[in-house]
Parts: sequence; C-alpha cells; structure tokens
Amino acid sequence: MSNPMSSSSSFPDAPTTEPAWVRRTLIGVALAFLTLFLFVPLVLVFIEAFKKGFEVYLEAITEPDAAAAIKLTLIAAGISVPLNLVFGVAAAWAIAKFEFRGKSVLLTLIDLPFSVSPVIAGLIYILVFGLQGWLGAWLQLHEIKIIFAVPAIVLATLFITFPFVARELIPLMQAQGVEQEEAATVLGASGWQTFRRVTLPNVKWALLYGVILCNARAMGEFGAVSVVSGHIRGQTNTMPLHIEILYNEYQFAAAFAVASLLAALALVTLALKYIVERRMKAQLKQASQSE
Amino acid sequence: MLFSRTLLKRHSVLPGFDLALGFTLLYLSLVVLIPLSAAFLKAATMTPEAFWDAVAAPRVVASYRLTFGASFIAALVNAFFGLLIAWVLVRYDFPGRRLVDALVDLPFALPTAVAGITLTALYAENGWIGQYLPFKVSFTPLGVFVALLFIGLPFVVRTLQPVLEDLGRELEEAAATLGATRWQCFTRVTLPILAPALLTGFALAFARALGEYGSVIFIAGNLPMVSEITPLMIISKLEQYDVPGATAIAVVMLVTSFVMLLLINSLQAWSRRREGR
Repeated sequence: MSNPMSSSSSFPDAPTTEPAWVRRTLIGVALAFLTLFLFVPLVLVFIEAFKKGFEVYLEAITEPDAAAAIKLTLIAAGISVPLNLVFGVAAAWAIAKFEFRGKSVLLTLIDLPFSVSPVIAGLIYILVFGLQGWLGAWLQLHEIKIIFAVPAIVLATLFITFPFVARELIPLMQAQGVEQEEAATVLGASGWQTFRRVTLPNVKWALLYGVILCNARAMGEFGAVSVVSGHIRGQTNTMPLHIEILYNEYQFAAAFAVASLLAALALVTLALKYIVERRMKAQLKQASQSE
Repeated sequence: MLFSRTLLKRHSVLPGFDLALGFTLLYLSLVVLIPLSAAFLKAATMTPEAFWDAVAAPRVVASYRLTFGASFIAALVNAFFGLLIAWVLVRYDFPGRRLVDALVDLPFALPTAVAGITLTALYAENGWIGQYLPFKVSFTPLGVFVALLFIGLPFVVRTLQPVLEDLGRELEEAAATLGATRWQCFTRVTLPILAPALLTGFALAFARALGEYGSVIFIAGNLPMVSEITPLMIISKLEQYDVPGATAIAVVMLVTSFVMLLLINSLQAWSRRREGR
C-alpha cells in the first residue's frame, strides 16, 4: 500500500494535492483550533497549579485528605483494571477463537457501558445496593456497607472501564485467526500452554494498550464515582472528587495541583499509547502478512 | 460443556470455550446486565402518572433541550473541524505533526473533572480566553457547548483517520485526469466515500456528549431552566432522595443511548460496506 504522506511530499504539485496556500491555510486553521481547545487548557492546568509557588503545590498534594484521595484512586484502579483484564482476555478468547450463535449480540452487550452516562452507571448500583435497593435490607442487617463506601466506588469504576481491554483484544485476535493455536494444540500443548506461549506473545501490545486506556479511565472517572461515593473526606473521595471539593471551596491552586497529577497521568498515557500503537501496527501487519 | 454443545457452530480443537464464555457471561451479567436491568425494573414499579411527572417536569424538559441541543451543535462543529484535522494529519506534512497527532487523544485521556475546571477557568470573564470574548461563556449554556466540543473532538478525528489513510489517491487521480478541479474532486469523490465514517464520528461524539457529566457541571453554572443538563437532573433527584424520579429520567436517557448505539452500529456496517472492507 502506498503511503499518502510520502507521495504528497515528493510531488508537491501533483494533481491530487492542494496549492501551497490552501495547504498552509488548512494546517493553520487545524492548529489554531487544536491550540485553543486542547493545548492551552493543558498548559493552564500546570500554570494554575504552580501559581502560588512550589510549597503550596507540595502541601496540596501531600496533605492527609489529598493523600487519602490518591490512595483510594490507586485502590479503585488497582482492583478494577486486573478484573477487567481477566474478563477482556476471556471474552476475546471466546469471541475471536470460536464461531458460536449470538456472538454479535454479545459484542454489542460488551460495548454497552460505553454508551451509558456515567451518572447512570452510579445510579444503577444504588438501585441494587442502596438502602431501598434490592439487597439494601439484607446488607444493612449484616452491617455490610457498599454504597457510600469503597466497594461501590470500585463497582462503578468496574462498570465504566468494563469494555476497554476486550475492545482492544477482540479485533486483533480475530485478525490473527486460529491456525497457530490449533497447531500448538494438535502438537500436544495444553490449553494454558497454548495461551501463554502462542496467543499471549501475539497480543501483548494490544493487551498493554487496553490496560493503559482502562487505567487512565479508572483513575479519572468522576460522574459514576461521584454518585456512589457519599463524598466523605479522607474516606470515600477519589482524586477527581477531591478536586471538585477543593474547587467548590475556591481553593483553586490546590484544586489545580491535584488536577496536575491527573493531567500528568494523561500525558504519560498518551505517550505510552503512542509507543504501543506503533508496535501494534507492526504486529497487525505481521498477522496480515502471515495469512 | 453446556455452551460448546448448544452454541458452537463448528467443532474446534481449541480448548477453553466453556470456561471463557461462561466467565464472560457471568461477569457481564454481574457487572453490567443485572445492575442495568435494575433501572428498568425500578421504573416499571412506578405508576404511569408518576413516571410521566418525573420525566416531563418543566425543569427536566428544559434539561433535555439543552443536553440535546448543545450535544448536537457540538457534534456538528466537531464533524467539521474533525474532518479538517484528520485531513491535515493524514495528507500534509508539517513540523510537529506526530506530536499533534498524539495530543488529539487528550480529551480521552484527561479526566473529565480536570477538563471541567480547566475550561471553566479559561473561559471565565477574567480567564485567558474569556477576557477577550465580548460575551460570557463560563456559567452559561455556551459553556456547556464548549465542554462538549472538547469531549467529542477525538471521536471524529479517530474515526476518519484510518479511512483517509486507506483511501489512497487512485480515485482522485482519475478524477483529476478527467478534468475535475481539486474542489470537485473533494466534494464529488472523496467526501461521498468519507460520508459514512464522518456520520459515525458525528454520532459517536453526539452519543458521548448526551451522557457527559464531569466536564460540563463545572462550566455550566447549573441554573434551573437555563443551564442544567439531564445527568445533573438525575443527581439532583438523588440528592432529594427521589430515587424513583432519578430512575425515570435515567430510563429515558438509557433508551436514547440504546437507540444511538443501534444507529452507530448500522452506520459502521454501512461504512465498512462503502469502503469495501
């Protein structure tokens, strides 16, 4: 396949490209739009965070409530990412390696959390575990707290990040087909050996990609967690919720200080995503060539 | 054993189908399907009058108008600029192109609360951008639009980019050889091929905007009847311990999202057929 980039640069006046002034105008408009809507906000986060000096910044991210929020965010992501990873691998194995009835319905259902508003993702857990919910009376009897406590925060995060790993693995594993796994099985490898030695090396970059996206969303989720958290300082506040409280109390420098940590996480995510995406393209190319 | 006997279309030598599908279905049911069904079952216990009163209250209707209106306009503007940005990134070379390409995903990666407070500060009356504007943005419905514009942009760019990359130049070359101008080439040849992907990107941005909460509530100002979005109405019902009322509004939103999901799926199928993939 020809690379459109190279053809445009080697034949600047080819009939399939635009005159130089049009190109420059379009690039200018695109960059202006992106600068105004993406880059300026990103820069603002860090400038606002350090506005009152480095000490205020350090204080804002190390005071006990902030530390508790950071810890809870790490816990929520630390539980939900591995669970959704196991689910993603299981779902991708079933969907990509076998032909079965109802597959397209299953695919649609896996995508469902993407199209549900985060606020509703929180609400549905209140309906199940809340005081007036299905299990509310039983949970109260046994003194188990789920809503307005850590379990609900984890559950809401699980729901929101549910499809990420599966969505990255399924298309790649479908493209790679089943020949290699079948060969391994016929040669006597056990299911686990086949998966670990054949499938996993083939999908490791997509897997990592899914985990990166899943983690970014898990740590940054606001709406769903906000509904079920109860906003108890130092106990049920995640980082995004802590930012909201600081902001509403007009502690802008502190709010942006905590926000800058999440913005830094976003930048790391983008960088990793960029690297992994290139590896993945190479792997996909390999898969299509070996067919 | 159950699944492999009843569902498999073709026997496979590979192991693990029962375990993988069994776990998938169990986990899907526990995390997604059962909790989601709770919303519909809860709404079903309401009388039709109570349901109607909750979903058709003037304040709620005003929130639908704002949510749908702002989402639609934001998705439309994103469709235009998204096409332009995808085009520039695929077709032209310029310094920093790769960096710009990577940063387009920022709205995906940046937590919505961070986006919310940042956009609010930028577009406030004394903010970096707000001070130069002759009208108020933060704490008005216009602020809602700005937040949704931010959230939706990558959907359009990332949907169009692979299609544009695969497009090649043969058709455009043919059109140019036959005497078409660049503009004719674009509107008559390229745009019709891109149309399904462009519509898909638009629909994805629109669907995401409908449910968006975190980035919007900071910048909206949340004035009743003026700048309240529908997800906020669910929250405010919950804060008044009106769980049925919140659920009723949630069901309206869920049904809307399911319709959007079906629409997006058929758009994507159309897109694949159009590209001959």
